[in-house]
Amino acid sequence: MTPRKPPAVPGRKVRPGTEEPRPDAFDVERVRAEFPVLGRTVYGKPLVYLDSAATAQKPRAVIDALARFYLEDNANIHRGVHYLSERATTAYEGCRDQVRAFLGARETCEIVFTHGTTESINLVASAWGRQNLGPGDEVLITGLEHHSNIVPWQLVCEATGATLKVVPITDAGEVRLKDFEQGLTARTRLVAVSHMSNALGTINPVREMTALAHARGVPILVDGAQAVAHLPVDVAALGCDFYAFSAHKIYGPTGIGVLYGRRDRLEAMSPYQGGGDMIESVTFARTTYAPLPGKFEAGTPNISGAIGLGEALRFVARIGLEAIARHEAELLEYATREVAAIDGVRLVGTAPHKAGILSFVLAGVHPHDIGTILDLEGVAIRVGHHCAQPIMDRFGLAATARASFAVYNTREDVDALVRAIHKVKEVFK
Amino acid sequence: MDFEELYQQVIIDHSKRPRNCRPMADASGQAEGYNPLCGDRITCFIKCEDDVVVDMSFQGSGCAISTAAASLLSEAVKGKRRAEVQQLLRTFHALVTGTPGTSAEIESLGKLAAFRGVAEFPTRVKCATLALHTMQAALEGRPEEITTE
Ligand SMILES: Cc1ncc(COP(=O)(O)O)c(C=O)c1O
Repeated sequence: MTPRKPPAVPGRKVRPGTEEPRPDAFDVERVRAEFPVLGRTVYGKPLVYLDSAATAQKPRAVIDALARFYLEDNANIHRGVHYLSERATTAYEGCRDQVRAFLGARETCEIVFTHGTTESINLVASAWGRQNLGPGDEVLITGLEHHSNIVPWQLVCEATGATLKVVPITDAGEVRLKDFEQGLTARTRLVAVSHMSNALGTINPVREMTALAHARGVPILVDGAQAVAHLPVDVAALGCDFYAFSAHKIYGPTGIGVLYGRRDRLEAMSPYQGGGDMIESVTFARTTYAPLPGKFEAGTPNISGAIGLGEALRFVARIGLEAIARHEAELLEYATREVAAIDGVRLVGTAPHKAGILSFVLAGVHPHDIGTILDLEGVAIRVGHHCAQPIMDRFGLAATARASFAVYNTREDVDALVRAIHKVKEVFK
Repeated sequence: MDFEELYQQVIIDHSKRPRNCRPMADASGQAEGYNPLCGDRITCFIKCEDDVVVDMSFQGSGCAISTAAASLLSEAVKGKRRAEVQQLLRTFHALVTGTPGTSAEIESLGKLAAFRGVAEFPTRVKCATLALHTMQAALEGRPEEITTE
């Protein structure tokens, strides 16, 4: 990797030789060394990857676990008596238990593997929604949602005659609890909220929201796609009924995700899809379904994906989410200060309680042009509506530029971002 | 690849001071264009007398590439016969999608040749073609919204 200049702020550790880091201290250079892709260049410049909210890079341990599965252990699960099938089944079910521990769930059967957050939400919208929603009923979401926590509810509302209601957000990009409380009515049947916004970084007070919803007997689904990589989550302490996330945003592979559902909720739900593995017995007259979680896992699942997710969770546990959160909070604070100081920049989403994400616009320059010029400088960010068009509409924008931070980002990455934004200004001066 | 190759001075200039960026009350044709990928919208107006495009204008908001393309195209088509305009739009489309044709064809584009760098950026090709498709629709009298998808 290209040598990087020392951190701008004195007194901060990290350069080997300048200061001896404590052995247990968080060392970003050591973390970076675990991510092979971070060593590459784009357009001849060192890659500065600031798009982890779209998908995080993968540590070598995850990449190796995927390869090892196919090199040494590949077999289908739950159906073979042979050695490899048993190994694969044990590994797959072991990962389920890892996810349970990671989320603080009580029972392993409360963890359903899906393709990702999107499928997890669709599962609940279909299986729970069709059973429990009817004309006049309301589903309550917030103005901060990703399209995947909007459209499934629109579809089920259309099918059942229920209505989708939206809690407005403030100019800072926050949901106020009193607005949320006002959104809860006698007809609210379900609440679905993001734990953390992918467009603005805002962290929703999901514990308080859960308490408010439960006080009225309303179940709550939390979209944790962004949150799980940035803050410790404990579904038992939260008390939420459903929690969804994707492996690929927490250093795991694409194509696998999780739905946590409280046991009694999942048990009361009909299956989502029919097929192999989700049944107990099938005759043409009658089929009985497998016990949890099999009932919701029709067909051959993403076995290697689950194993990759397990490895990713091991990586996260080794560094520690507290340490990750602390590192990212420092970075975000630094980036916010540096980027906001650039003449012409306006930050979008300035909630006091946020993580990992810096959305901004630059006067006189369209975000797509910012994205292209940054890209040519080696700085990868996301530009556009971030699958959250209602948020863009709320701020009267078509798009923003979004830098997002992960465990492997550094102050040097932020400095590169700032330099590249100045380049944009030069081009458009 | 350097950003000067993509963001040529003439593109920057037209993106910051777009020409013919105005509505047209007496247009003989108009069309709406939308790029769902970035939310950019454009309305193109065209005025033909006999077989000649006597005026073309546009309104909307977009990135530098799409705004400059609309501005430069609106300048380039004025005074040309319909068939010549269709040919110009086809040549421009070929250029930005990476099949630029002969040097004589590129030369026929005049200032629009500045967009040759766009083909290297697959995600930006649609920015360059939004105005083009919308102008084609206005020219052919297809009022339904054009999308780049
Ligand atoms: C807040 C949020 N919810 C849901 C999703 C959808 O996740 P996936 O595309 O992995 O299903 C995303 C991903 O961008 C997200 O950021």
